[in-house]
Amino acid sequence: MANFTLPSNSRIGLGKDWKAPAGAKRVREFRIYRWSPDDGQNPRTDTYEVDLDTCGPMVLDALIKIKNEIDPTLTFRRSCREGICGSCAMNIDGGNTLACLKPIEEVTGAVRITPLPHMPVVKDLVPDLSQIYAQLRSIDPWLKTDSPAPPDAERLQSREERAELDGLWECILCFCCSTACPSYWWNGDRYLGPAVLLQAYRWIADSRDERTGERLDSLEDPFKLYRCHTIMNCTDTCPKGLNPAKAIGAIKQLIVERQV
Amino acid sequence: MAKTPQLDVMRSPLGRARGLGSARAGAHHWWMVRLTSLALVPLTLWFLCAMVRMVGATRDDVASWMAGPLPIVLMIALVIATFHHMQAGLQVVIEDYIDTDWLRLGSILLVKGLSLLLALACIVSVLRLGL
Repeated sequence: MANFTLPSNSRIGLGKDWKAPAGAKRVREFRIYRWSPDDGQNPRTDTYEVDLDTCGPMVLDALIKIKNEIDPTLTFRRSCREGICGSCAMNIDGGNTLACLKPIEEVTGAVRITPLPHMPVVKDLVPDLSQIYAQLRSIDPWLKTDSPAPPDAERLQSREERAELDGLWECILCFCCSTACPSYWWNGDRYLGPAVLLQAYRWIADSRDERTGERLDSLEDPFKLYRCHTIMNCTDTCPKGLNPAKAIGAIKQLIVERQV
Repeated sequence: MAKTPQLDVMRSPLGRARGLGSARAGAHHWWMVRLTSLALVPLTLWFLCAMVRMVGATRDDVASWMAGPLPIVLMIALVIATFHHMQAGLQVVIEDYIDTDWLRLGSILLVKGLSLLLALACIVSVLRLGL
């Protein structure tokens, strides 16, 4: 059966409290998931009090401040700090998003931070993404053609053909959507999930690609594609404002279209 | 997840992701669920209206109504669409939530078998009443 409760070694206990320095005026609590593979302990929630007067506006600013000034053992991924690398995807205040794009002010009360849901945890806020990267690789996310490229030019598209890729090319592969999807939680070993299906559609929709049918063949599967039940968590959570559910719907439509 | 088989641990993530490949199926199932749900909107409304109009009717009244060519055909269509939709929908629920292979397959076969028998029983009832 699908697991609805955490196994006993994953139950989250209470961790340490890190108080704000004396004299801090705008103090905000950050309750952060901590787990290390090295100590054999259950995960815990550490509470950090951060003085917002000496901190940048985004949740990532607070995480970096905590790591630099309070607790250097706190582990998380970050790189670009401007919403284009997708590294700092995590669950903040109950929703998956990018810590660098999430203003602290948007959260009322304590800021609860956990890793992306239902993925194996490497440490603290760092999820193991090897399965989802392999799933992305499995849909061949590159242009496939038989016709040789023009010798002295690019492969051309009309403006309309290029416009078909809008809303698809912007995906930064942060996997907020796939890890927000209950179908991906229950059947992630076989269901490709919204992020990978959006990428699959990105190549199906590309007028320059010549293997559209093959791509549809390899997706037509009760588990790879049809686990999507239009729950829409993916679209709801996407920090880039994209609509993976619509892309999945378009794939399903094309598969019917070639039969009727 | 409990399902991660120990045998697979040494396999590459890509090997696991590709698995047994695409089943090249699922579109028909998905499309039939949509079509039956579409068909069920008018059929169910018609059925409800007919039943409301027959409140207080005797068995003979119902039988003579059912003997008409339209009611008997629509009743059988309603039964087929309802049970087809039901078993297809339950199959999806089972595939979603049941992880153990034998239990998954067993439950699906049970649901399909029971739906078929119930649909046949309904059709026979309609025919016996209407013919």
